[in-house]
Amino acid sequence: MKAARALPAVAATRRIDPAVLAAFGCIVLLLLGGSLYSRNFLSPDYLLQQLNVAAFLGVIASGVMLVVLLGHIDLSIPWIVTMGGMMSTAAAGWGDAGAALAIPIGIACGIAVGVFNGIGVAYLRVPSMIFTLGTNAIAQGLMVLHTSGFAPQDRSTEAMHVIAVDRTIAGIPNALWVWAAVGGMAVLLLTRTAFGRYVYAIGNRERAAYLSGVNTRAVVVGCFAIAGGCSGLAGVLLAGYSTKAYQAMGDPYLLPAIAAVVLGGTSILGGRGTYLGTVAGVILITLLQSILSVVQMPEAGRQIIYGTVIIAMLLLYGRQRRET
Amino acid sequence: MSADWRHRLAEQRGLLLAVGLFLAMFTLYIAKHPAGLTANVASTAANKGVLLALVAMAQTIPVLTSGLDLSVGMVLVLTNCLASRIVVGSPAEVALGTSAVLAVGLLCGAINGAVVVYGRIQPIIATLATSSIYYGVALAIRPAPGGDVATGVADALTGSLPGGVPASLLVLVAVVVVVWVPYRRSVLGRAAYAVGSSEQAAFMSGVPITRAKLLAYVLAGLLSAIAGLLLTCITYSGEASAALGGTYTLTAIAAVVVGGTSLFGGSGGAIGSIFGAFVLRTIGDLLFVFDMDALWQPLFLGAVLLVAISLGSFRLLGVRNRLELYR
Repeated sequence: MKAARALPAVAATRRIDPAVLAAFGCIVLLLLGGSLYSRNFLSPDYLLQQLNVAAFLGVIASGVMLVVLLGHIDLSIPWIVTMGGMMSTAAAGWGDAGAALAIPIGIACGIAVGVFNGIGVAYLRVPSMIFTLGTNAIAQGLMVLHTSGFAPQDRSTEAMHVIAVDRTIAGIPNALWVWAAVGGMAVLLLTRTAFGRYVYAIGNRERAAYLSGVNTRAVVVGCFAIAGGCSGLAGVLLAGYSTKAYQAMGDPYLLPAIAAVVLGGTSILGGRGTYLGTVAGVILITLLQSILSVVQMPEAGRQIIYGTVIIAMLLLYGRQRRET
Repeated sequence: MSADWRHRLAEQRGLLLAVGLFLAMFTLYIAKHPAGLTANVASTAANKGVLLALVAMAQTIPVLTSGLDLSVGMVLVLTNCLASRIVVGSPAEVALGTSAVLAVGLLCGAINGAVVVYGRIQPIIATLATSSIYYGVALAIRPAPGGDVATGVADALTGSLPGGVPASLLVLVAVVVVVWVPYRRSVLGRAAYAVGSSEQAAFMSGVPITRAKLLAYVLAGLLSAIAGLLLTCITYSGEASAALGGTYTLTAIAAVVVGGTSLFGGSGGAIGSIFGAFVLRTIGDLLFVFDMDALWQPLFLGAVLLVAISLGSFRLLGVRNRLELYR
């Protein structure tokens, strides 16, 4: 009798990961703390502006999350983002057809690098941390060669600017719609398809997934390809946002993306995590960065607080279970 | 003893490969260099190589415990900034300043270790967060590049000894003899390897897991601080540069892998990482003496790095049971 009565409560707490709840709790705390400093923090305009900026990180983090769920990591994000931005603006310089294809070309370049990553990790069995590091160096080399050798166009097209900055529908930033679309697809993929189940299965134990008949290598390549595509798309958006693509434009996004995924309750060892958590992590990181810059903290203090807060939050809810 | 030479050789294969690669590349470099092997060429090459080698050694020890320290580069930057402030003046002040810099390195390592071991946070993300803190402190110590260092000490550490032997090479040998060799032979050093191969088995055998992990991060901090001191002596100044820290962290991981240490932990060693670092540094020098177009250099460096780390994939050809591929 007693057990039966306890069951619904258990089911309710299981539905939402406590880590996700804690992350959303931290967001509320940050907003309240910020509103003590300035009333503008709770204004819809400020919040929408923050979400617009968060969308770029959100698109990147969606891809990073897939890779982390597998138990891998992708360190080639910075130069895939840069490549996505640069190749799309370069395509815009090829005339009308190029301008029309600018956005797909940026994404396609990201996917190509992602597939390359996936082949190295899945088929050559090189640890992802070191292989993606090498890919990052190669992408950087290619972009250095590309920009200085051919002097390509670096201005973004009108369409890229519109999807990154404008608010076409109901006052909601277009970038936010893009993130919503990417996020929606990620949720569908993870919860409603066999592919999504395979991702979690591989993250838990690749051997078991393989023995169950899953083509684990194809799934790994697929995830890295999606992560590359997301980074390429983010590069396109960022180039549109600042109206031009430039060297190292992706560098500030690697660590925040990984931190956002982990703060959202996804295990860095793979196999556990929800997309809702990643959304919370992305908003959390963006708000934290925004608040630290609004209170005009010098860069040194900002870095110290940023690191301390991440550790504090992880101590709060990101601890591993005691081993053995 | 002679019966297991084959096994011993196989165990050291990564190290031997790195040594061979380095010797071949360095010989080529010297043969091609217009000035040949003068004391000046040797000490310049040694300074750059030893700097990366120290950071790579620092990275090796946590990696052996199947952890990772993404803050080694930022500890290098932090100690570089600190040394450019306090390692100046009278000999007594210099000695005090040097010990303070080393103590800060130990402290950074201890913080990393405590967060990983007692905080039970994954090393990747924990050291990522602490590296942000160390960078902030470095910025606070030295907001703009500059500073000074005791010239006598700097020249003694980075110049060359009579006979043309680079002094920094001796520093490296001293670090190996004083820090690495005793550590490798100590109980906690062997415990680090045991933890890296299988934490559960190590726990069951009563290996001091907690202390082994803690010491691994502390030593990583110390070695990075020594590298920070050397960097200050080479540049005569300090700079809080995020790019510098990031580059050293990532290149050090590459050096560790090229040197034959497994990223999964439990096998390899700091000597391999030293030669791995030398290999990576010599690649850059080779591009220079072969007059490669500067535009092509980053791409070529990336390609060589990728090929070097993919060499290990040849073992896949010998795998009979596909299940062995998956963990």
